[in-house]
Amino acid sequence: MDKTGPQQKLFDSAHDEANRCVQCGYCLPACPTYISMGKESASPRGRINLVKLAAEGKIDIADDLAQPIDLCLGCRACEVACPVGVPYGHILESAKEAIADRQAQRQPSAAGRAAAPAGQQSAAARTPSSRKERWPDRLKRLAMTQLFPYPGRLRAAGNMLWLYQKSGLGRLLRRTKLLSGLSEPMAAFEQVLPAVEPPHKRYAWGSVFPAKGEKKARVAFFAGCMMDAMMSRTNRLTIELLTLVGCEVVVPGRQTCCGALHAHQGLKAQAQELAKANIAAFEQSGADLYINNAGGCGAMLHEYGDLLAADEAWAERARHFSEKSKDVTEILHQYGPLPFTRERHGVITYQDSCHLRNVQGVRTPPRELLKSIPGATFVEMEGCDQCCASGGIYNLLHFRESMNILDAKMNKANVTKADTIVTTNPGCLLQMRLGVERKAENREMEALHIVDVLAEACGLK
Amino acid sequence: MEQHILQELRTIVPEERMFVDLAERYSYSYDASFGEYLPEAVVQPLNAGEVCRIVKLAGKHRIPLYPRGAATSLSGGPLPVEGGIVLDMTRFAHKLIIDRENLLAIVSPGVITADIHKKAEEVGLFYPPDPSSSHVSTIGGNISENSSGPKGLKYGTTKEYVIGLEVVTPLGDLIRTGGKTVKNVTGYDLTRLIVGSEGTLGIVTEMILRLIPKPKARMTLLATFDRLQDSGHAITKILSSGILPAAMELMDNACIRAVEQFEPCGLPVDKEALILVEVDGHPAAIEEEIRQCEAICYEQGASQVRVAKDEREREELWRARKMVSPAITQMGPTKISEDATVPRSKIPDMMERLNQIRSKYQLNLVVFGHAGDGNLHPNIITDKRNKEEMKRAEEAVGEIFAAAVELGGTLSGEHGIGTLKAPYMEMELGEAGLSMMKKIKEAWDPYNIMNPGKIFPRPGQIKVVLT
Ligand SMILES: Cc1cc2nc3c(=O)[nH]c(=O)nc-3n(C[C@H](O)[C@H](O)[C@H](O)COP(=O)(O)OP(=O)(O)OC[C@H]3O[C@@H](n4cnc5c(N)ncnc54)[C@H](O)[C@@H]3O)c2cc1C
Ligand code: SF4
Ligand code: SF4
Repeated sequence: MDKTGPQQKLFDSAHDEANRCVQCGYCLPACPTYISMGKESASPRGRINLVKLAAEGKIDIADDLAQPIDLCLGCRACEVACPVGVPYGHILESAKEAIADRQAQRQPSAAGRAAAPAGQQSAAARTPSSRKERWPDRLKRLAMTQLFPYPGRLRAAGNMLWLYQKSGLGRLLRRTKLLSGLSEPMAAFEQVLPAVEPPHKRYAWGSVFPAKGEKKARVAFFAGCMMDAMMSRTNRLTIELLTLVGCEVVVPGRQTCCGALHAHQGLKAQAQELAKANIAAFEQSGADLYINNAGGCGAMLHEYGDLLAADEAWAERARHFSEKSKDVTEILHQYGPLPFTRERHGVITYQDSCHLRNVQGVRTPPRELLKSIPGATFVEMEGCDQCCASGGIYNLLHFRESMNILDAKMNKANVTKADTIVTTNPGCLLQMRLGVERKAENREMEALHIVDVLAEACGLK
Repeated sequence: MEQHILQELRTIVPEERMFVDLAERYSYSYDASFGEYLPEAVVQPLNAGEVCRIVKLAGKHRIPLYPRGAATSLSGGPLPVEGGIVLDMTRFAHKLIIDRENLLAIVSPGVITADIHKKAEEVGLFYPPDPSSSHVSTIGGNISENSSGPKGLKYGTTKEYVIGLEVVTPLGDLIRTGGKTVKNVTGYDLTRLIVGSEGTLGIVTEMILRLIPKPKARMTLLATFDRLQDSGHAITKILSSGILPAAMELMDNACIRAVEQFEPCGLPVDKEALILVEVDGHPAAIEEEIRQCEAICYEQGASQVRVAKDEREREELWRARKMVSPAITQMGPTKISEDATVPRSKIPDMMERLNQIRSKYQLNLVVFGHAGDGNLHPNIITDKRNKEEMKRAEEAVGEIFAAAVELGGTLSGEHGIGTLKAPYMEMELGEAGLSMMKKIKEAWDPYNIMNPGKIFPRPGQIKVVLT
């Protein structure tokens, strides 16, 4: 095996870190894929060992490492469980980068592709005939290179979706089973997409929203591409809630995708470019804090400091950016109490966003906020700290594996007898909506973003 | 392994529970100790019937079998040192029955030990063995290593709680040992023979565990000492005063420093030692006992004694002890974790010997452990890439064992022999003693297919090689 290219790079970037693992196994009970798949290669300890072996050239990066890494949710619960602080997130990203590089080497025609063979197809993917790009890979690549870096295009897609939902086209497609013929996962998610707001209600890029009452801080709002395109109502309500607790909110016009999907797919260079664009845009806003409402994006923003640590010109600015990045619940909790005007009856439970909990370490604020809603009963769900298996676009790429984990989670959600499952990330929200659709025993159960729940209790529409 | 054997194996376990791909096999090549050994196949049996058939197949073709739980072994227990088939027992976990009337638990081997703790406590019962890995390790692994933790002092080790087993022998027969009664004198005590046999005499497929009523309350104190010697005397004085604490833990200065550096929790870094004492039982009785322990500590020269007032403070005191393992791992990438054990009166002597070994070999050696039962954990912190230091560590390990045996103790109190301590077996058991054990092994396992390469040294092997 050659000691050049992806392998050497993997060795340099991850071997020392992987070597810090003492193979104690303390991370096993925390790992959702290990619990559901029941084999060591689907565990953090197993994956770290395979990265180490691949870096040493004992196994092949594409043939042997790609699949186990691909089946990781990236939820990073293992990092929290690890007594010796093995930086799994870094190891995972180095591995993804190596896999992407190796696959690009092998398939020169598709250079830059982020494709890794998915679980079931991996054996087939090695045969030359199946080197043709499969649809999930294609979708992933197109979205990553053509959609996410361009908020305008995403907004347009969101508007298309609104039109599609309003026009009845959706119902027609569903009835005729056109979409399910296309693919089971796409059809499943199509059903649970939240209703999109009409275009005229969208907040404008570059606007400033004054604080209500005494101004406590000037904050810049990170809209997030998924949130902006599909859940702009939640974004609008986030801004309104922030103003209610005394924040002046600006929406920097030049912001772009956080780059998390890119980083998680091994496209580190692209993630770095996006990070720089955001840093520049937010610095200009003159805000004290940068607020986001999507745990997945928030985690990436939180790690810009690491992402650009080796880039002299940017390291310092990136570190500052990360320090200023906060989740909306932290700020609402800190500057609250919120001026609630309505009671909410029934039971609320909370599903942690892994990237909010495990990467940003935010656990208490969302819970405290939910408990503070007048009339509501908050019940903790067993396993709330375990990933719902949405994992970015994991649920699209590994539908079956993801649904196994989701269904197990819904059994625990049912035990709480909740009417509302609250999440803090758009990916988790869609996944939980799908979970409700698949498994909820309580017919009234719905999944909502925390901002929507808080806003309703404050009488915002 | 030949294709036709794999083909036969496939008729026993379905495709999704059998692995032959390189990445999958490498994922079963390690445990929490040293070394990397690639098995030829991995299977995940779900019931005793499958295990019997796998063992029979292996016997027919003379293929080594390696039972494996969560692979948290610190002595190399589940490593497939001669290739062959790894039996991953973690999915064989369907049964966990608590029998309240008979104070028993009936359990499958893949069940995580902490789940037994939890289930028993839900109905006011108690399964005492508490290795610190109990939230990860399987009960099958615990039984095979005869594991234990701080509570071993008062409640004994795993073997005290196993009263019946279902075992697949190395010939592939399913046998039952012991039963559901605490008293049982029918024939040889095969249960005790299997417990602690490290998977070399058969594969445990079900166990009957004895439970006891949960103690009503517990109290904890932490005492610091200027001199290590004094802490040793405090320990022996408490134990000879008629009090049997539930746990008695010791940390030396290197250990205190490591914890304080890892996560400051206000420990006195200038003290030579600290001890943690916990008593449990009836609230009135333990109130008096903890006061007595406090007084003894002061009499023996403790500089400070803190008694936890409530559960929160108790957890705070234990935090320091729980941080030890992660803290010392931060000091270097490789941790050689020993568990040599001496009669408790010899603890001060053993500490002294360890000090000498530390300076002789110039190693980063920290000591903590379950002082109440003489079970110390000398840990050498090093880096396996540093070959020269590893050689010194190998020498030091040999001397630690020699010291323990000379003081009337044993190579291992908890972690087992596996591959790492096999070379020193004769030192403790003598030639005849070891030979009797070997005869038992040969009688049970005539084809030598059950976890071969463990416990017994290879001819001429007299010390461990870590590099
Ligand atoms: C951080 C850490 C802390 C630890 N703390 C303690 C402690 O406080 N006290 C202590 O005693 N140990 C401790 N250990 C050691 C280890 O956890 C124990 O030895 C544990 O019992 C191993 O269980 P396992 O399920 O991981 O078994 P494995 O490591 O997989 O296997 C252990 C042995 O059991 C055999 N085996 C497994 N299942 C079966 C079966 N069903 N039938 C027959 N044989 C079987 C294997 O072949 C092997 O020889 C610690 C380990 C770590 C990593
Ligand atoms: S990130 Fe999540 S899924 Fe991946 S290894 Fe860690 S715990 Fe498992
Ligand atoms: S908990 Fe940490 S050190 Fe232990 S096996 Fe997992 S990653 Fe490795």
